[in-house]
Parts: sequence; structure tokens; C-alpha cells
Amino acid sequence: MNTLPLVTAIELYLTLGIAVFLLSLHGLMTLHDPIRRLIAVNLMGAGTFLVMVSLARRSEVPDPVLHALVVTGLVVAISATAFALRLIIAATKADRRGGKPEP
Amino acid sequence: MSPELLPDLTLILLLLIMAWGALYAPQRSDAMTLFIAFGVVVALIWARLDAPDLALAEAAIGAGLTGVLLMHAARALPDELHRRNRTATYWGALAFAVVATLMFLAHLLTDDSLLNAGLLDGETDMTPRLRSLADATMGDSGVEHPVTAVLLNFRAWDTLLELLVLLFALSGLRQLFPRESAPDDHATSRWPESLALMAAWARVLAPLLVVTGGYLLWRGSSAPGGAFQAGSLLAAAAVMLRLTGLLPPLRWSSVWLRLAVVAGALFFLTVAAITGIWGEGWLTYPAAYSGLLIISIEIFATLSIAITLSLLVIGEWEDLRS
Amino acid sequence: MMAAGDVLGSWAFYAGWAFMIAGCGFFATAALGLLRFPDLYSRLHAVTKTDTLGLGLLTLGLALLDPSWRSCLMLLLIWLLVMASGAVNCQLLARYNLEQEEEDNHRVS
Repeated sequence: MNTLPLVTAIELYLTLGIAVFLLSLHGLMTLHDPIRRLIAVNLMGAGTFLVMVSLARRSEVPDPVLHALVVTGLVVAISATAFALRLIIAATKADRRGGKPEP
Repeated sequence: MSPELLPDLTLILLLLIMAWGALYAPQRSDAMTLFIAFGVVVALIWARLDAPDLALAEAAIGAGLTGVLLMHAARALPDELHRRNRTATYWGALAFAVVATLMFLAHLLTDDSLLNAGLLDGETDMTPRLRSLADATMGDSGVEHPVTAVLLNFRAWDTLLELLVLLFALSGLRQLFPRESAPDDHATSRWPESLALMAAWARVLAPLLVVTGGYLLWRGSSAPGGAFQAGSLLAAAAVMLRLTGLLPPLRWSSVWLRLAVVAGALFFLTVAAITGIWGEGWLTYPAAYSGLLIISIEIFATLSIAITLSLLVIGEWEDLRS
Repeated sequence: MMAAGDVLGSWAFYAGWAFMIAGCGFFATAALGLLRFPDLYSRLHAVTKTDTLGLGLLTLGLALLDPSWRSCLMLLLIWLLVMASGAVNCQLLARYNLEQEEEDNHRVS
């Protein structure tokens, strides 16, 4: 049997990213409140970014391509969150109006 | 397990607890607050993983702006539905996450193929091929900071599309404010008396944020920084001023606002078209002008990002109606 | 034979670490106060102390460990900014809470 190699910080952060992703995936599936589900989606994104950045850290100087992709991902995440929140508000207002069309 | 892993282990434990709280806290306001704290700890982890650009962007966008976005929008939503899941669901979530994570960790540490390929022993050079190519051409890219070079030169196409994504989100937002609807109740609610203190503080912070944003924009070519970090700081200043009423509604009907919103993407597209038609190829900068092009694209992009993000976060009916 | 610079250097090293540990002690007591105090105002009181004295000791320790002009100036600015924002946040939370309580009292009575 191979001896267990020394655990470095990179493996720990990889595992953390996976753990956060799984936890928020379960949250997305079982939570009822729409804002909590939006938080869960954001947390899934954060877990993915953790995996990407810890993969970038494997080389001595961190990989800039993955860093650039994560910066892009952050901005796309907030745009999507803003749009999703408006959709939630509009849907809630429509529910309250009883599904009648806009005046 | 060496003692230098202790700060990492502390951060990991902290992050797991906050993720749990952000998802399953009993009160929704607690969940949102813990989500903001989660963003701050993630920024610390980025700093620990030698990603200062990401730390700046995460603290400003991920923790700050997203938190304000959630809390501002949550005013409009009714109180949370109290259909609580059974306690067994929470324990099931924890068990599932723990078991799957331990399985992943075990696979990572003991898989023969991973060890034989030398992925984990730190002796083989893990520099990806793309990175080596990027290193070789960094001198020609026009900037010295590798992340900025990747964002605005080697992967400029991705950044252009990202600016377009911001525009799409904003136009989607505008669709949801129908032409004749009345202002929402939550948008014109009475501001509390305590806001006078916040107005004074916003007056102090806004110039600081503008100066820091400008500094980050300029330094982005040689040090961590860049258009996104600077744009998000400016957006934070605009959000603070707008929330305390010091800034009048940013009216969409003003042509200057619409021009500022599209300026970044438009300039980028113009550069791309010019290099595509008369130059060497789509988004292939001529070597002599690449530094100048990059900094001018960044300036316009910062303006667009700042205005678009602030409209996304606090855009109300007065701001966005036609 | 130790040069004068070495003696000063090791003094700064030990003093810096002592200040940082003292600052962390303040953070720990603030966490304790946050958990154990009965209402919002006392908890705010406990937490805001860390922004001022706790962080001040921490930055003093860090400045002793890296006495270049640039880092000392930056640490000073960071401390001032965090202190100011901590004080403002504490006041905002406390005043808002007071207003809410007064409104509730009006509604009840």
C-alpha cells in the first residue's frame, strides 16, 4: 500500500470547495424560500471557484488564466443574482395579484 | 499534518460553519448576514492562496455588493414561508456532505494513478501549458501583471462577453419594470432617522472609494487591480450615496447614462472590429499599441461596470423607467 | 558579539508578538461578550472595543515586526478606517434598534 503523502493546503482547499458545493446543492434541493435558494446557488459558485483557485495554486507562481476566469465568474454571478432577484420579486407580486395581468 | 496548516484548517472550519449558517439559519436575515460574512472569509482564503486580485474582487463584489443586493431586494418580499423541513433533512445534508467529501479526500490522497502521475508530490512542474505560453509572450502583451494580461489581451474575448453579460442582465432588469406601473411601496418607504449619520459617513467614504478605485484601475497593469475591482469600488460608492439620498435617481431617460452603460462594451467592440478588419485578426492588438489599448479599454470598462453594477444593485422604478 | 542593531531587532520582535497576542486576547473577550451579553447594546459595546483597542494592538505589533515606513503608514490608515467605520456601524445599529423599540412601544400603548 502506498504511504499517505503529506497533506498540503491545496488538497484541503480542493476538498473544501467540493464540500461547500455539495452542501449548497443539497440546500438548493430542499430549501423552500427563494432567497435561500439563491444564496445556495451563489455558494455553489463559491465552491467551484475554490476548486479552480486551488488548482491554480499547484504551480509555483499561480496560474493567471484560472484567476482571470474566476474574476469573470464573480461578475457574471452578481449579474445573474440581480436578475434572479427581480424575477423573484415580479413573480411574488404576480402571485399576490392572483395571476391577473398587469394593468 | 504540519503546524503551518493551522491557519488553513481554521479558515476551512470557519467557512464550513458559515456555509451551513447561510443555508440553514432559522431566520432569513441571519442567513443573509452569514452569507456576507462567508464572502469575507472567502476573500481571506483567496489572499491565502496567493490570489490578491480575487481577494479584492470577492470582498467588493461577492461580499459587499451581493449582500446589499440581497438585503435591498428582501424588503420587497414577504416574510419567509415557514414550511420548515424535518430535522432529519438537515442531518441528512450534513451526513451526505461529510461522506462525499471524505470519499473525495481519500481518493485524492490514495489513488495510485494520481500518485504515479506525480500530481501530488510537488516535484513535477504543474505549470499548465497555457501558462507557459502566456509567460513566453508576457513581454509583448503590453502590461506586466499576468492576470491583467490574460484578462485583457490573451482572453480578451471572454472579457468582452462578460461586459455584454452585464448589459443583458441590466436589460432583463428593465423588462421587469412595466411602463405604466406605479412605484413599489418598498421603494418609497420612510427612511429612518438614523440615516443622517449614514449620510455623513457616505460623504466621507465616497471620495475615498473613488480615489482607491482610480488607483486600482491604474495599478492594474503592473500590480493586482484592474477594471473589475475599480468598477466595483465605484459602484459601492454610488450605492452608498444613492441609498442615503445624496445622489438623485440615475434616470435612464438621460442619454449620458445610457452612453456610460454601453461605453465599455462599445469601445471594446470597436477595437475588436478595427483589429479584425484592418489589423492582424479579431482582438489581436498591434504590439506597439497594446499597452495603450489595454489601459483605454480598462478605463471605459470601469465606467460601464460601475454604472451597470450600481443600477443592478439599487435600480428602482425611478431609475430605470423609460 | 551582538551588534546594537541585533539587540534592538530582537526586542522589536518580542514586543511585536506580545502586542499581537494581547490584541488577540481582546478579540477573544469580544467574542465571549457577543455570546454572553443579554441585549443588543451591550453586545455592540463588546464588539466595538475590538475595532479600536484590539485592532490597534494588533497593528502595533505588526508594525513592530515590519518597521518600514510604507507598511507602518498603511497599517495606521487601515486602523483609522476600521475604527471610524466600526464606530459608525455601532451607532447606526444602536439608533435603528432604539427607533424600532420606540415604535413598538407606541404601537402597544
